[in-house]
Amino acid sequence: MRKLVPLRICLVCGIVMLIQFFIPHNYSQTFFQYALDWLIVCGVFAVVIGLDSNFRLHLTRIIRRKKGWGYSLITMVAVLSVAFIGIKFGIGADSLFMKIYRNVEVPMDATMFSLLGFFMASASFRAFKAKNKEATVLLIIAVLMMLGRIPIGYFMWDKLPNLVEWIMMYPNMAAQRGILLGVGLGAAAMQLKILLGIERGWLGGAGD
Amino acid sequence: MSHDIWVWVAAFLTLSILSFLYKDNPFYKFAEYLLIGVALGYGIAVTWHSTIIPKIVIPLKEGHQYHLIIPMCIGLLFWARLFPKYAWLSRWPIAFQIGAGVGIGLPLILQADVFKQIQGTILTSAILNNPFNAFSAIVAFVGVVSTLIYFYFSLEHKGVVGGIAKIGIWYIMIAFGAIFGYTVMARMSLLIGRFQFLLHDWLGLMR
Repeated sequence: MRKLVPLRICLVCGIVMLIQFFIPHNYSQTFFQYALDWLIVCGVFAVVIGLDSNFRLHLTRIIRRKKGWGYSLITMVAVLSVAFIGIKFGIGADSLFMKIYRNVEVPMDATMFSLLGFFMASASFRAFKAKNKEATVLLIIAVLMMLGRIPIGYFMWDKLPNLVEWIMMYPNMAAQRGILLGVGLGAAAMQLKILLGIERGWLGGAGD
Repeated sequence: MSHDIWVWVAAFLTLSILSFLYKDNPFYKFAEYLLIGVALGYGIAVTWHSTIIPKIVIPLKEGHQYHLIIPMCIGLLFWARLFPKYAWLSRWPIAFQIGAGVGIGLPLILQADVFKQIQGTILTSAILNNPFNAFSAIVAFVGVVSTLIYFYFSLEHKGVVGGIAKIGIWYIMIAFGAIFGYTVMARMSLLIGRFQFLLHDWLGLMR
């Protein structure tokens, strides 16, 4: 009962949405829009579960004065204040909320990702060794790709940017397309398994 | 030097995160936890204004779309997870989301990831008319087929199959090299952007 009902809900919802895809009629389109709205409205309530998990983790650390509880306090204050400012005063382009976003989140996000550049460079220096032909190809293409996108590459050989573009457009795209085809077929097979109740991993974690 | 307090805040946070290059330190940790909090708070406020107000509050209050009460009731069952005794009820909204998501996603995945990709790979007479385009298209066609064969493990990679799979590896290495180079360049351009901000917007040393 506790597992059968959700399995049936999943099957019915999936089949109904599959059928509507193949009906090119206004009613079908309207139904699809309603279904999308329902999915969004229903999904919003899951946000609370995520917040609960985050708050539980940080509040526990603060209450029990665990190591680094001060940092958890920073997170909690930031969550509550940014959410309050956004909800109370709006999220317009000139709002305080957007100022916080532009001057706190965006710089930190960009710097965090740019840091990865250093770590990737140092990791690749240690890991990328031209041990065989395939690894050498990877190394050469990576270097070409970097040189082809900066002015020095153009000054070294003016056709380099075009060559890099061609590599991106054809050999690179071909391999990525092959991988994507596999991913697509795999995802479709997995979705069918979920729909038919063969794959039930999503049911776990809430008792029998 | 900038007189804008927000620029100083952004500069301090940028330097705090860059300080991790030396070693993990309280400034980095402060910025790290602040980033998590701000990102989460941002998500809550945006969800409020882009989903809860326009998709629930306004349609219910002004549009009288009372059918939305049904997905709200289903969504409320998510919260059953907070009470271990009734946690099993949270499977119902999950089933609704997954079922409808699969129903919507299945044809789209087949269309975008399978049919369109095959369509884009097939050699047509229009492509083969121009020698350079024909060469490029054949390179792409061979790449797709050989990559697929490399990932096809139901046949032993021996003889002809092994040879084609070997070509597939070369293509995959080219793709990995391209992805790596592209990612490094993207990160570098972000880093240049941050230094431009520090030297131009904050310190005013660059024009």
